[in-house]
Amino acid sequence: MRMTNSTTNNTSNTHLLEIEQVKKKIRMNNFYKGMLFLLPSIMLFSVFLFYPLFRTIYLSFFLTKASGDTTIFVGLENYVNMFASPLFLKSMKSTFLFVFYTVPTTILISLFLAVIANEKLKGIGFFRTIFSSTMGVSVAAASVLWLYLFNPTVGLFNQILDIFGFEAIGWLTDPKWALLSVSATTIWMNIGFTFLILLSGLQSIDSSLYESADIEGAGYFYKLRRITIPMLSPTLFFVITVTIINAFQSFGQIDILTQGGPVNETNLLVYSIYREAFVNYRFGSASAQAIVLFVLILFMTYLQFKLGERKVHYQ
Amino acid sequence: MTMSTSRKVIFYVILILSALLLAGPMILAFVLSLMTNQDILTGNIPTALTVDNYIRAFERSPLLSYLINSLLVSIVIMLGQLLLSSLAAYAFVFLEFKGRDILFYIFIATLMVPFEVSVIPNFHLIRDLGWIDSYAGLTIPFFATAFGTFLLRQNFKQIPKELREASQIAGIGDVKYYLTVVLPVAKSSLVTFGIYGFLSTWNMYLWPLLATTNDKVRTVQIGLKQLQTQEQVNEWGVIMAGAVIVIIPTLILLFFGQKKLQKGLTEGALK
Amino acid sequence: MSQIELVKISKIYQKKQAVLNEIDLTINEGEFFVLVGPSGSGKSTLLRMIAGLEEISEGILKMNGKIVNHIPPKDRNLSMVFQNYALYPHLSVEQNILFGLQAKKLKKQERQRRLYEAAEMMGLIELLERKPRELSGGQRQRVALARAIVSQSPLCLMDEPLSNLDAKLRANMRVEIRRLQKKLGMTMIYVTHDQVEAMTMGDRIMVLNDGKIQQVGKPITLYNEPANLFVASFIGSPKMNLGKAILSEDGKQLVVEGQLHLDISSIFGEELPTNRQLTIGIRAEHLLPGTIENINYLLEAVNVEQLGNETSIAFEVGAELWTARWSGQWFIKVGQKVPVQILPENLLFFDSETGNLIHSVSKGRMQEVLTTCV
Repeated sequence: MRMTNSTTNNTSNTHLLEIEQVKKKIRMNNFYKGMLFLLPSIMLFSVFLFYPLFRTIYLSFFLTKASGDTTIFVGLENYVNMFASPLFLKSMKSTFLFVFYTVPTTILISLFLAVIANEKLKGIGFFRTIFSSTMGVSVAAASVLWLYLFNPTVGLFNQILDIFGFEAIGWLTDPKWALLSVSATTIWMNIGFTFLILLSGLQSIDSSLYESADIEGAGYFYKLRRITIPMLSPTLFFVITVTIINAFQSFGQIDILTQGGPVNETNLLVYSIYREAFVNYRFGSASAQAIVLFVLILFMTYLQFKLGERKVHYQ
Repeated sequence: MTMSTSRKVIFYVILILSALLLAGPMILAFVLSLMTNQDILTGNIPTALTVDNYIRAFERSPLLSYLINSLLVSIVIMLGQLLLSSLAAYAFVFLEFKGRDILFYIFIATLMVPFEVSVIPNFHLIRDLGWIDSYAGLTIPFFATAFGTFLLRQNFKQIPKELREASQIAGIGDVKYYLTVVLPVAKSSLVTFGIYGFLSTWNMYLWPLLATTNDKVRTVQIGLKQLQTQEQVNEWGVIMAGAVIVIIPTLILLFFGQKKLQKGLTEGALK
Repeated sequence: MSQIELVKISKIYQKKQAVLNEIDLTINEGEFFVLVGPSGSGKSTLLRMIAGLEEISEGILKMNGKIVNHIPPKDRNLSMVFQNYALYPHLSVEQNILFGLQAKKLKKQERQRRLYEAAEMMGLIELLERKPRELSGGQRQRVALARAIVSQSPLCLMDEPLSNLDAKLRANMRVEIRRLQKKLGMTMIYVTHDQVEAMTMGDRIMVLNDGKIQQVGKPITLYNEPANLFVASFIGSPKMNLGKAILSEDGKQLVVEGQLHLDISSIFGEELPTNRQLTIGIRAEHLLPGTIENINYLLEAVNVEQLGNETSIAFEVGAELWTARWSGQWFIKVGQKVPVQILPENLLFFDSETGNLIHSVSKGRMQEVLTTCV
């Protein structure tokens, strides 16, 4: 039955060589197959993401024609001018203020809604649906809805003020109020998504933690503080970074509500890029601003990857 | 945990108040869309309900064709994303080949490049390709998605590897395995990601604004902006009717898909 | 026909640790061959290399004399049953059974014929329309088996197919799989960590530990003549009683665990080394109850289990716990000193250092049944 060892040894060398060749071929085939499955994505990423990214960096060193063709290489001049420009600095200030106004409020409201929607009550599903509903409202629709609310004469807010005898406020035209008004719209829009994610986070907390706290007689707020919030921290962290990144990218609500005004009070970064590029046709300096946006978001993503794994409590 | 009745009442009061506040703008929009201009301008309680605003919204702008455009664009992007990301996820989960890890990092890297950063060259690219005012220009740039790939990858990973090994022994190739086993087994996550893709495309704003210059392929979001800027200040009923029409499809989708979406998004995002 | 030969097969991960080390093995056609070992011993890896699911790092794998190292799984003409059954959750039982046949170019009639034959054999005719999640564990197992049957491959590989079943069902399936293999005449390679399965099912068994072959042989050979301490303690239930022992200079006295003094002068010649650390082993059924005629050792019972048909008693011997199995029901109290008879010819001797067998139980104790004439 069994082949003798000597025959195996004689034939083994040539066979091993053959086997190696076949293995190599199989490996090549696997590689081609892998590429076949990934090629569509890679190609589109290259054309519509990586090439434009590098093109943006490239453009930021040039002056351009209205057609977008580069004319003169100016080195870092676009960046120097940008940081010297009061308009851009104001835009940056507004952007950070906007992040500051929207992010904490969105998180707090969503967290509150998620906590009350996590109770096991009859009909809770209905409330969950309502709370997440703003996720289905597009930025254009949301802005139009709030445009009405902010309307100086027929708008709901001023009508309410009128009933109580207060003076009408130029919600979108008064420099003091415009950014806050845009922020309010944004918060409302973002609640849906944030709520949904936080609710999932709450639901994934092991119920035995609450049961053992109940046995020890812990109160509602004690449990909230000592179990819910710590266990939710990874989700919270994720939601915070996503909300910040979203806030940096805000565009539609500005375009419909204020067009960056009054006196550039709401000229947020992406709107500023849009105006510089597609209204003023200065693609070079617009690209320089886009790079600033890129760096900001890169930094946020970096934080999410780095801190997300370490400082936050994971189960 | 059981709750005392008084506690329950408190919770219900809070829940109802929150729901009213949150849904307020939408309810208001719906009510306004059914009101006469007279009532809106005087700030009265509606005296009569009418669908005139909806009729006018469709008469005054090509709202119907905007809707069809949006539907088409959203469905095409959704399908494109499903196809490309399921293919990519398949490669990352089931295929072993040199360079796979590097490619995976490249996919991660794409998450750090927001579309707004690359929007200028993209616009030039589409213009040079002659894709302005075309469905191609509105859809193709969004087919590849790292988020979708990761979400589906998480799901594919839960398919026992023995299923693939059993197929390998039976002589079933990768393409067939992908089509006849992976896609049907991961159906639910495909639906989830499909809903997500449809929602986010339907609501897209910046790109359709740049990539469309006429009504031919313009989407309903930009249509709504047009409607709002064209209308006289006192035509709020018509604008709200437009807004309601824009919101309804996504809200319906959300109501049906909320549970799936909640599960899917957390899986893709947090694991 | 399917005969398999492994020549110096190794599996090395990351160019460091060898999971399998130079395995030489021949599996005969029509044989039920069991690979048994603790988890992490490399038995599944070996099976997967034979299946072609895992690359062979070194060595040669032959099937019917041909080298198949580089042949993809589908061309090795084999079927495989997985621990979790690997049923396609979205397909019905019928579709699951037929799924593998799609790739083979078979006529529809032939496919249907095979389907019904296999379903009939496994008692699945009533269940063909069901989805896997609507089946019990045992039924799923049958579907997996049916899938292996329809392929009509001469070689079937099974990777712990019974470990997800409850004890009763497992005993049934053992018999069923064994019968099936004989009926279809296929070569079977069966991986398990359960030595009872190995003993009851295998024509031959290979015991694997730490990536090395410990012993290959018939079940009864492994039981009677374990090649080393690992096999001795792995095969058999309860496990073999072991104890440290030293043979006196004159080779007449054996001191076990510093407690038992055995007179062994008459039996062993010069075979056993004197004055050296030995390990002796004795099976539970050889720790006999003491009788009047024989030399008895008084051992303290530390635990007594009444199993009904037999009694299992644990004794303390030095640092070891020894188990005895006595037929019938014995009334023994914990703490009681019990007379026990130990016959030197029932002892196995191992080298304590290498663990290898030096001397096994004296042969010739197979009993035979009377051939009855009707």
